Amino acid sequence: MARKSFVFVVMDPPYESARSVSAYRLMDAAVRKGHDVFVFAYEGGVSQPFAKQAQHPNSVHGRDTTQEDHPLPKDWIAALQAEAKKRGTRFQWMNCGLCVDERGVAETIPDVVRGSPAELWKAAEAADNILVMGAS
Amino acid sequence: MARKVLQVLETAYRCTVQEQDDPVVWITAMMKNAGGDLSLLLRGPAVNYAVNGQDASGLAFGEKKQNQPPRLDEDLGRLLAKGVEVYFVQEDASERGLEPKDLVKGVRPVDRRALPQLLARFDQVWHW
Amino acid sequence: MAKWILIESRDPLQTRDVERQFELAAGLAREGHQVTVFLIQNGVFPARRSATSALLEILSKSGVQVLADDFSLRERGIDGDHLAPGVQPAGVDVVIDRMADGAKALWH
Repeated sequence: MARKSFVFVVMDPPYESARSVSAYRLMDAAVRKGHDVFVFAYEGGVSQPFAKQAQHPNSVHGRDTTQEDHPLPKDWIAALQAEAKKRGTRFQWMNCGLCVDERGVAETIPDVVRGSPAELWKAAEAADNILVMGAS
Repeated sequence: MARKVLQVLETAYRCTVQEQDDPVVWITAMMKNAGGDLSLLLRGPAVNYAVNGQDASGLAFGEKKQNQPPRLDEDLGRLLAKGVEVYFVQEDASERGLEPKDLVKGVRPVDRRALPQLLARFDQVWHW
Repeated sequence: MAKWILIESRDPLQTRDVERQFELAAGLAREGHQVTVFLIQNGVFPARRSATSALLEILSKSGVQVLADDFSLRERGIDGDHLAPGVQPAGVDVVIDRMADGAKALWH
């Protein structure tokens, strides 16, 4: 299939909605199929690439930190960035800047950029398709 | 390629107090300012955003008062003034006891059964 | 006419909005568009054979293709023996393929 470019808009903070996992599954599918992906994180979504997420043990599960290996969304994003790089395609995560400011989550993993709705509009115009996954 | 986009908003009042607006109405205004060709459809509970006289003022936590409560009806009025067409699903409004006189001037009703024709007019539909 | 993929993530027993979305899907199909409903997350619950599955049957009869995310089905213990007629399991790759093919994608 020909290489296409997609925009995904995500709004959920980590751990609060199954939508986040669905979003990552769709992004992963797009990357694996060789498409370019642009993610605009809006509202709570800007916390997904926050650099200071940390794993922890889980006494209810009876597991220490290493055993629990708690998912951290920042690592999933980094893995998608790496996968795209390996394939020679683009994976760009953009955080809405004002949303970052009000949540205090400016420290992100590398290669996450800050932007505005104008840039979302520009990306959407340039892309082949878009999927908005709003919050509820 | 310039695209006509229909923003569909269904979730309502999720974070409007803390954000002092609705994030979808807000981002629609921002993208319109950036040259976007956008329209807005309110459905489900979001039809209530078109009601005149909503008042979320007066919140205070300890000594910390909220000075700028959301003014959703005014925000819609500003969108309309920018040239954004704002639609609402008629049945969703009627089921909630809303009549035309209750609503911001300029919002346009659309019947549920006419939604397919409305959506088909746009290059993209962003359902929030 | 256009292609559409309406992704439904909500349980129709939890919110009536899902029925409205299904009506929209059926309406688009009646207008001659090519429509797929892709059930995902709690949206797959009607795919387990039950009275609620009738909603999906109405969709199919309207000419809408009904797919259910295989991961969401497995996550909820809905196996092939309990799948409502007319519902096909599918991976999320289908969503990406449809988007690549120009389908307008709506998440609900």
